[in-house]
Amino acid sequence: MSTQPPLLEVDELSVTFGTDDGTVRAVDGVSLAVEQGEILCVVGESGSGKSVMTSSLIGLTRAANARFSGRAVFDGVELIGASERQLERIRGAEIAVIPQDPMTALDPVQRIGDQIAEQIRAHNRVSKREAFETTVALMERVGIPQARTRARAFVHQFSGGMRQRIMIAMALSCDPRLIIADEPTTALDVTIQAQILHELAALCRQTGAALILVTHDFGVVAELADRVAVMYGGRIIEQASVTELFGDPQHPYTWGLLGSVPRVDRPRSARLPTIGGAPPSLVRPPTGCHFKPRCPHRFEPCDDVPPLVSRLPGQPNHRDRCWLDVEEKRRLRLVDGDIRLVGAAT
Amino acid sequence: MTRFIVRRMAQTVIVLVLISIFTFLIFQVIPNGDPAARLAGRTASPDQIRAIARSWGFDQPIYVQYLRTMQKIFSGSVVSYSQQINVVDQIRRGLPATVSLAVGAGVIWLLFGIVVGLLSALRPGRVLDRVLGFLALTAISTPAFVLGAVLLYVFAYRTSILPTGEYVPLTDDPWQWFRHLVLPWISLSLAFIGFYSRVLRGNVLDAKHEEYVRMARAKGLSGRRVMVRHVLRNSLIPIVSLWGLDFAGVIGGGAILIESIFDLRGVGQYAAESISTLDVPPIMVIVMYTGVLVVVVAALVDILYAYLDPRISLNT
Repeated sequence: MSTQPPLLEVDELSVTFGTDDGTVRAVDGVSLAVEQGEILCVVGESGSGKSVMTSSLIGLTRAANARFSGRAVFDGVELIGASERQLERIRGAEIAVIPQDPMTALDPVQRIGDQIAEQIRAHNRVSKREAFETTVALMERVGIPQARTRARAFVHQFSGGMRQRIMIAMALSCDPRLIIADEPTTALDVTIQAQILHELAALCRQTGAALILVTHDFGVVAELADRVAVMYGGRIIEQASVTELFGDPQHPYTWGLLGSVPRVDRPRSARLPTIGGAPPSLVRPPTGCHFKPRCPHRFEPCDDVPPLVSRLPGQPNHRDRCWLDVEEKRRLRLVDGDIRLVGAAT
Repeated sequence: MTRFIVRRMAQTVIVLVLISIFTFLIFQVIPNGDPAARLAGRTASPDQIRAIARSWGFDQPIYVQYLRTMQKIFSGSVVSYSQQINVVDQIRRGLPATVSLAVGAGVIWLLFGIVVGLLSALRPGRVLDRVLGFLALTAISTPAFVLGAVLLYVFAYRTSILPTGEYVPLTDDPWQWFRHLVLPWISLSLAFIGFYSRVLRGNVLDAKHEEYVRMARAKGLSGRRVMVRHVLRNSLIPIVSLWGLDFAGVIGGGAILIESIFDLRGVGQYAAESISTLDVPPIMVIVMYTGVLVVVVAALVDILYAYLDPRISLNT
């Protein structure tokens, strides 16, 4: 474990949106840390607060009804509540973003190269010429053939995979220390999803940039992540290194997620296990543990919010929000020799 | 590009043939439309009318009349029925006023339309946006002749700050040219400003929510650069085509009311007078002149559009 302070330390971050139906707690007291150069995967189903959490870190959640509390310190700088000017200096330079949908994330009427170069020039005092040369080099680096010519092309002349490579080139353009990639391959063809993610991870390792990768693909997590944070109902319910999470998952929701991953060593005819019930309402969430209504193992203490703490001797960085006894969990999660979540849910 | 121009020229020819036939036929079927009777005057005898019909060729079959008129139009020798003066000369005389009106008003409504639209879009739903939205709707729904009359009353009759109308050529006296055109420009522009500002406001608000604008912010660009380079650049593209066609309409003599109220004696006013006397030759020429302008400007707009938006190709 490194002794230097983490690159990014998020402490009790909450994001709420005031609506006519009540206050939506999209992010509910999230705490996490990202070390220099590590890959952190954030997993969770749609609506669990992953995207709001990551976009709030860099001030891209701009709805007028959004309220923020908590802290997020990046390299000594407080991000939550920072001025727009401060954030502009950090965005794209120190913290880069790779969007969910590269199809719509590029300006249709500007040349591709200009869109990369304008980011370089926003953060560095270089001439247009130099910015363009850097752009071409970046495009070559992310595997775009004939980069010099392609830099003058427009976005509609690029395929989906090429567009996401452009977004990666953009993210790398100012040597960021942290890249936030929010489901960067969901809009792409399945055939190139894995390829793009591996290239992204490799480039992060090369440049030493840390990566927050939002995904719902556990295969990706297993292959690429150093650490994993599982989100549910706006909270992180389990956080661990990738080996700890896969080897000794603590939260019943995590068991459910792991159990519902398709596996090649199961008969094809077998139905994929699912987690019964629906994600919680973020306007009127259940009291206590958010997963309680869907959890077959709930008991009285679940009416109180379980803190995110380490409950495992020997795994100090493996934290979870579940009141169950560790030994009981290890017994409950094993079904026919596999980790699964089984039992009735309402 | 060559293919595009050739195709547009062919289109222009088709448009001209169709609108000229259509215009010609309209004046054959409307009541009291017999030009011989009108030319002969109120007290003419049937013999006089017949004689006039014969000498002007009104007794020929319709298609012969049409072809003759077209032939005269393209040789530039066509004369009006009522005053028997050369129509092409008359239009040429009216052009400076019409062009001055169109260019001045076009610049005013484009600039103010953009500024007002931007101001509304900056803080949507706030006081400024609501006030501007109300004013825009008022401007759109006020007929030009009402607005023109009110402006004339206030600035010309009551206070004499500005002249009541008529056109002074730019080459004679630029200052008087300007003073005489201020009220026509404003009267013509206000409704356009209202309309353009609403369109631009909508475009800007749409563009603001585009993913590429969010991404531009994520790149760390300044708010100003995001606004100008990405939001505005994309929002203005539809405005360009709108402006081109509206401008073509005005320069083609479409501002009939404004030209008449301020007595600018432009092409539009000439059209109005010709219509009121059922004078077919000038009407035909003006309609065809407008048609050519609209088609040509539309082609120019398309070329500009293809330049502004790389996704548009001229060859599809």
